[in-house]
Amino acid sequence: MQFTIEDRGTYTEVVANGRLNMVSAPTLRSTVDEAVGAGSRHIVVNLASTDFMDSSGLGALIGCLKVARQAGGDLRIACAQKQVQMVLELTNMNRVLAPYATVEEAFARD
Amino acid sequence: MNAFWVRLLVVLTVILGINYIAWRWLESLNWEAWWIAVPLVAAETYSLIDVALFGLTVWRVKRRTAPEPPVGATVDVFITTYNEPVEMVLETAEAAKRITYPHNTWILDDGSRPELQEAAEKIGVGYITRGPEWANRPRHAKAGNLNNALMSTSGEFLLILDTDQVPDPRILDRTLGYFNNRRVSLVQTPQYFVNVPDDDPLGSQAPLFYGPIQQGKDGWNAAFFCGSNAILRREALMQLGLAGYVKEVERAVTAALKSAGAAVRRARKSPEASNPLVTRLLDDVEKAVTAARAEKAAGAPLAEVTYRVRRSVDNAVQQMVAADMSAMEADLAEIAAMDFGSEPGVAVPDNLDQAVEQLSDRAWSPLGALESVQAVLDAISVDRDDEAQPVMPLATISVTEDMATSMRMHAMGWQSVYHHEILAHGLAPEDLKTMLTQRLRWAQGTIQVLLRENPLLKKGMSLVQRLMYFATMWSYLSGFAAVVYFAAPIIYLTLGILPVNSISFDFFIRFLPFMIVNQLLFAVVGRGVSTWRGQQYSLALFPTWIKACTTAARNVWFGRPLGFAVTPKARQDGGPSWSLIRPQLIVMVLLVLAAVVGIVRLATGLNEPLGTFVNVFWVVFDLIVLSVLIKAVKYEGYVIEERKADAVHD
Repeated sequence: MQFTIEDRGTYTEVVANGRLNMVSAPTLRSTVDEAVGAGSRHIVVNLASTDFMDSSGLGALIGCLKVARQAGGDLRIACAQKQVQMVLELTNMNRVLAPYATVEEAFARD
Repeated sequence: MNAFWVRLLVVLTVILGINYIAWRWLESLNWEAWWIAVPLVAAETYSLIDVALFGLTVWRVKRRTAPEPPVGATVDVFITTYNEPVEMVLETAEAAKRITYPHNTWILDDGSRPELQEAAEKIGVGYITRGPEWANRPRHAKAGNLNNALMSTSGEFLLILDTDQVPDPRILDRTLGYFNNRRVSLVQTPQYFVNVPDDDPLGSQAPLFYGPIQQGKDGWNAAFFCGSNAILRREALMQLGLAGYVKEVERAVTAALKSAGAAVRRARKSPEASNPLVTRLLDDVEKAVTAARAEKAAGAPLAEVTYRVRRSVDNAVQQMVAADMSAMEADLAEIAAMDFGSEPGVAVPDNLDQAVEQLSDRAWSPLGALESVQAVLDAISVDRDDEAQPVMPLATISVTEDMATSMRMHAMGWQSVYHHEILAHGLAPEDLKTMLTQRLRWAQGTIQVLLRENPLLKKGMSLVQRLMYFATMWSYLSGFAAVVYFAAPIIYLTLGILPVNSISFDFFIRFLPFMIVNQLLFAVVGRGVSTWRGQQYSLALFPTWIKACTTAARNVWFGRPLGFAVTPKARQDGGPSWSLIRPQLIVMVLLVLAAVVGIVRLATGLNEPLGTFVNVFWVVFDLIVLSVLIKAVKYEGYVIEERKADAVHD
């Protein structure tokens, strides 16, 4: 798993490549922590190339959401693949956090 | 042990028990003395239910042989500590390092001791302590300690060890194989103590629990998590945490949206509301909340609903501040235009936008004046700001996080395993005071779970799984029954008042067969292990059990603190402390006095011979039960004798 950060002007895109699982969850946490610490308060996690997510990965996303909210910003997710969608539904997490179809749409209406 | 004979004895015990109790309720009650007759028959009914639940538990005792462990599983070994001596932590950590299956060892230090951190680095094990996010938030004791560590580690499986539980090198090789079944989330092994003499004065070993009871629960897929010497699947814990998070956020947002209307109405009546700007702000808040309710009802994700509320309120606040500022600007310009010459100039703020943003910030916002509105708006949130971590995998509803956690895992459809082999050697308390604190804590935790998440009403578990959890909780109510059992003979012997119509042939023919078969059941199930200590303590510690029930109920229903104390691991010196068992000593004196008075009354013809005989017999039994405490008070700690065999008797 590898995370890349791109500044998109009004928001920051975090691209998550590979498997977002218990092994990579702590890295996602520190990546987002750093980005928020550096002043990016609006974050979109791009899951287009995340082919697997487990509940530790999802737990890390929630932890990151809290970090962004407490900094006065927000964290959104986009481009969830089928398996990720299933995990969101299985855990009922889609009641709280729903993915946007594209990265651009995530903060488009703000 | 032959399952057939156990089941036959269970069936006989229940039939004979019902035969006796039905007769007691229907035929034998002395209604003139209802104040003792009814409590006594209720206590006897309690005991019958207890025995029946025990019978159900041992109906399907499961004996397992360990499957081969998988290759390449990742494991974190967690040693939880708070204030135990550094040497003790290190001894366990060194033993954990020697576990043969590949793993990472971590010391979870809730005491944040620099010397322990240094020592951990020296011996090459990980060291984890709470981060700044835990400051000023509930710490949730051991559950919080474990939850914190779960966020910064990544093993697929977690072996949890108390500081005083020294693991055997084979502990993972013997247990990981069960996880080849992908639905298994927990493998619990026995807790066994090496510093306990053969006569076990403090009743530390629990051979019946870490034996037929856990094996029986395992037969029903209901083996409990007992806090230490257990291996857990991270995925299952995280799922629990996520499910709990969604539930909690849903509950909190629903409640906050509900109470927001009332908070705004109250704010409108406050003196601040005379300001038209405030009125407008309150209008905006109300609008935002109404919109949020509609969105939520339409099924919009809560992250968006809550974000939009915050956005609209922030905008409204900014507009209000901006309006204030431009008025101020106009005033300042006017003042400047008056031109007082020699007076130092009044400067207009250079960067008005920045000033507006700063003054609109949460801490400086004019909404701060309307505290109740601010509080409600803060609660319309998905970040669980009241907790250090939004996701709490181990249950935090009880001081015994273990039982609550495994119950929730069972309710989610996960399976558990009890592996009956001693794979860790622990230390038990060596003095009565510490032991009492520990028992009180276990009982309080169990009752908390009963009151917060009654297993009988818990969705997702089978009926017998529910009963297995309920059985353990039920057994902690024994304190109330014990008081009645002690009171009944005292009342008869001193006052001549019998709770039954008469002690007659009818009584014996029903009571004795039940009692005999019941004791036979215990003997067969507990074959070879001593269950007597356990029976003694379940009655003798009645003040502890009652205190646990009352404090836990006050805690759950009225939010009072439990008076929770971490069990000290080192012996607290200072000679026998009789004051610890004052209520029991009083009961013992009363029992002896009652026997003397009873015999005098018999001699003077005031009491009948049979009643006196039965009740004196009962007094003697009670005294034998309570006598364990005398031994316990005088116990001066463990002196090394011959070490006991390492294997659990089988």
